Amino acid sequence: MSAQATPVGGKLLTPTMKGLLILVGIAAVLLLWRFAAGLGAVTNLSDGYPWGLWIAFDVVTGTALGCGGYAIALLVYAFNKGKYHPLVRSALLASALGYTLGAIGVLIDVGRVWWTWKLPLFFWTWNLSSIQLEVALCIMLYTFVLWIELSPAFLEQWAKGPESFLKRFAAAATPKIMRAMPWLIALGMLLPTMHQSSLGNMILLAGPKLHPLWYTTWIPFLFLVSCVGMGYGVTIMETMVSRTVYKRPGETRVLAGLGDAMVVVLLAYVLIRVGDTIWQGKLDYVLAFDVFSILFLLEVLLHLVPAFMLMNKAKRTDRTYLFRASLMIVFGGALYRFSAYWFAFQPGDHWSYFPAIPEILITVGLVAFEIAAYITIIKRFPILTGAPPATAKA
Amino acid sequence: MSGPLELALQASSPGWHRRDFVKACGMAAAAVGLPAKAAAKFVQNAEAGIKPSVIWLANQECTGCTESLLRTSHPGLADLIIDLISLDYNEALMAAAGHQVEAARRAAMERHAGSYILVIEGAIPTKDDGIYCKIGGMTSYDMVHECAENAGAIIAIGSCASWGGLPSADPNPTGAKGAPEVLAGKTVVTIPGCPANPYNFLGVALQYATFGTLPELDELARPKFAYGRTIHEHCPRRAHFDAGRFARQFGDDGHRLGYCLYHLGCKGPQTYANCSVQHFNEVTDAWPIGLGHPCFGCTEQSLAFRVALHETVDPNEILPPSLFPPIFTDRGPISPMATAVGGAVVGGAIAAGVMASKKVAENTAEAGAGEEG
Amino acid sequence: MNISRRGALKVAALGAAAATGVRKAEARERLVPPEDATGMLYDATLCIGCKACVVACREANELSLERESTLYDDAIDLSGHTANIIKLHNGDEGYAFVKQQCMHCVDPACASACMMGSFQKRDNGIVTWVPDKCIGCRYCQIACPFEIPKFEWDSPLPRMVKCQMCLAKAGSTDPGQLQDGKEPACCEVCPREAVIYGDYDDLKQEAQARLDANPDRYNPRVYGLDDMGGTQVLYLAPAGVEYSDLGLPEYGPDSVSHIPVGLQHKIYKGFVAPVALYAVLAGLTWRSRRQEDAQAGQEVES
Repeated sequence: MSAQATPVGGKLLTPTMKGLLILVGIAAVLLLWRFAAGLGAVTNLSDGYPWGLWIAFDVVTGTALGCGGYAIALLVYAFNKGKYHPLVRSALLASALGYTLGAIGVLIDVGRVWWTWKLPLFFWTWNLSSIQLEVALCIMLYTFVLWIELSPAFLEQWAKGPESFLKRFAAAATPKIMRAMPWLIALGMLLPTMHQSSLGNMILLAGPKLHPLWYTTWIPFLFLVSCVGMGYGVTIMETMVSRTVYKRPGETRVLAGLGDAMVVVLLAYVLIRVGDTIWQGKLDYVLAFDVFSILFLLEVLLHLVPAFMLMNKAKRTDRTYLFRASLMIVFGGALYRFSAYWFAFQPGDHWSYFPAIPEILITVGLVAFEIAAYITIIKRFPILTGAPPATAKA
Repeated sequence: MSGPLELALQASSPGWHRRDFVKACGMAAAAVGLPAKAAAKFVQNAEAGIKPSVIWLANQECTGCTESLLRTSHPGLADLIIDLISLDYNEALMAAAGHQVEAARRAAMERHAGSYILVIEGAIPTKDDGIYCKIGGMTSYDMVHECAENAGAIIAIGSCASWGGLPSADPNPTGAKGAPEVLAGKTVVTIPGCPANPYNFLGVALQYATFGTLPELDELARPKFAYGRTIHEHCPRRAHFDAGRFARQFGDDGHRLGYCLYHLGCKGPQTYANCSVQHFNEVTDAWPIGLGHPCFGCTEQSLAFRVALHETVDPNEILPPSLFPPIFTDRGPISPMATAVGGAVVGGAIAAGVMASKKVAENTAEAGAGEEG
Repeated sequence: MNISRRGALKVAALGAAAATGVRKAEARERLVPPEDATGMLYDATLCIGCKACVVACREANELSLERESTLYDDAIDLSGHTANIIKLHNGDEGYAFVKQQCMHCVDPACASACMMGSFQKRDNGIVTWVPDKCIGCRYCQIACPFEIPKFEWDSPLPRMVKCQMCLAKAGSTDPGQLQDGKEPACCEVCPREAVIYGDYDDLKQEAQARLDANPDRYNPRVYGLDDMGGTQVLYLAPAGVEYSDLGLPEYGPDSVSHIPVGLQHKIYKGFVAPVALYAVLAGLTWRSRRQEDAQAGQEVES
């Protein structure tokens, strides 16, 4: 009966991993081209659509997919629901990787990456009116915090190993980090509250270019609750998949228990989204049944249907049922973000944008990198809890 | 333009043959836009000795229009013109002088009453009973009226005769006016220009001489074949205007590269004339813009000698080229290939999710009791 | 213990919800043009589409040629190579030209968006970009309602390019001809004085004077007086032509920053909300960790 985490162990270079590394390799080559020739060579971004797949997915959705750590931390540390503790580390890992993917996505997307180091350091030039400033600094800090929060997994493993620099480092660092941990955990709940909501506010600066069905002062709230929902959804999916693949206890009861919190955030999203739309007199846009109204309805449905699914406490203990509900939430939240940052962004009818193939392949490669890193870390470091089956080998 | 020049060269040498004459008539007809059969008619008339009489009056003028006509190539062509018509009175070119000339004029007018061509060159002063121009004791004003009485056609050559020209520039001390104004009520074809383009005159004169008709005229009685368009509409430098390339100062790079002279005060956009396609002196580019100086609107009463040479003017009409950027241009076509790849990725993600949803059911191993709480 | 924790939690939750879901955001106060604001007045009824200003701007800013086809420098739109362009509207009432360049807004969206303050309004209100802080994130492009800042997509060392009213050359800090006491290149070169440069108040008066003197000639509105919070480039259009036909939409008097930045300021005013929330979260974390340790201790003992 061990809530202790252990590395999964086993061969790293599996066929899956090889496939992932090929995708990463392709992306790496394309990135060389991107930096040598400029963004226009590799993407279909334009002055009309300066943000596209990389911002909408890698950064905005990628970080939302990395909200598992945040969402679980809220339950475990703010609401004191200790039973979710076994999920924390793997959620943190997914989060750390998700945010790192987001950060890498930013570094790839910005046109003048050589000055990015100035952003956290040159505080005297900060434009405090810039919503993106808060988002950028917050995400930078949070990414750092996530890896520190996750560091006990690395430190434990290094402490167990043979005498080495890492072992000595672990011995020195562990007590300091453990002392700081409560502060870091609290910070790890504060920061996403700030930047995930501000990510919503940020796109409001598009002003008349943002379709009315997405333009609302409730957008920070909506981004926040949907990212919490996505956090739970991703945690459930990622927990289920990794524990199935690596033959760890499924923790289904625990995961199903997340359903209560999910119902709250999902219903909050639906009520505020629909309510605000009607209140602002924008029902006509919903009833237009054009692309935008369909996106709106799809987003709402992808939050509403899982909410109802999860209200069924009996059914939600079925893994497939729970997984599918989670899948819908993740797609719904992702779609909401894709819409806000891409589909509902209208620079004018004469502009059109669809990512170029290299652009898509770089994103695919980044995701492959994230998955490969996840697999590597859970195999080598104590992330997954629960004893492995006695006879099983990963 | 080398055709008539070569002809003139030939003509000045001995051995001038009929076929050369026929060719010359053909070129003259073509040069003024008359059909080939006009040339045949010229020849016919010449051989029959039928030559219309021309009375050419000179008022307040610089004789530039006559000179311009004489510069339709080497004297050869001038001779031809004189052979096609009977120039019965022309103060600049006649050998005789004095009262005999005036008498000859009246005799010719009587002899060819109703069919002679009256050409008026120069403005007509009207102030103080027109005393500022007198020929043989007669004011221009009276002379013009006397000659116009029985003329078959009246042609005012040059801006001075058309609307007053230089003499009429402010403060117009002599009350100079153009022939149409002085001969109110009569049809006066005007060929403005300073000087007039000789081919414009030749076209009208030859058409009348051969067919007895006048070409289509605009509201200022100018033949439309020459004055139907502004210089701006048919200028060889128009592409530079459209591209925004201008000479800003005489001698600057733009000027040396032959850019549009609009900023130097070209009146082309408001000037109706055909100098851009019919050059002077039969030398290519022998016209103001061709030589690098802006058009000064010499045909237009509102411009010439009124608006400063290097002052810019609005175009009469806006005629943007078809490539002018519109307010919105469609950008960014979507590649079907990319859409396919993108679709495949998203579809793949959804499919993987659904597959995974089934696979995860296989994991039923739960952590032991004590997990709750 | 439980009650106070729950209570604290509720307050925190409500606070967060209230802060993020502000319905009637206190939009921030309206910005006004600086005292010595200068600007430009473009009168579409005077423009003849000669494009001298397009060429002059390109020369003054040392921007390279645009070659959509291979024959001409034929820009179809503003871009990383073109900071000023004349476009043609061909409508029922005839041709009308419009000059497009940065509007030098009173409350510029780009300056509001830019994290590092690369876009800023200078003393006379001219909006300029400096390269030494810009990371090329292009948030300014998302924000600008007139789609003005352009990015050099085809360069590995891209700049943000837009009209800087010749205070500095586009896409750089090299001084422009305004610093030599001249007017912006476009105004200097226009043969019809369709675009003129001057003190902003004077230009406003001039625009109104033209409307008063010749009401039949013009669209009765001067564009830019408070569109999008006001722009320091003003427009006059011919009668019968709508500004939206010329690519200048009817936006209303609020700048794009009005709502979102107002919302942001309200939530983060004085940084009170984040600090308070942090205190609450830290307290809750500490408590739950203590309980956890206590439980673990109990387990060890048992």
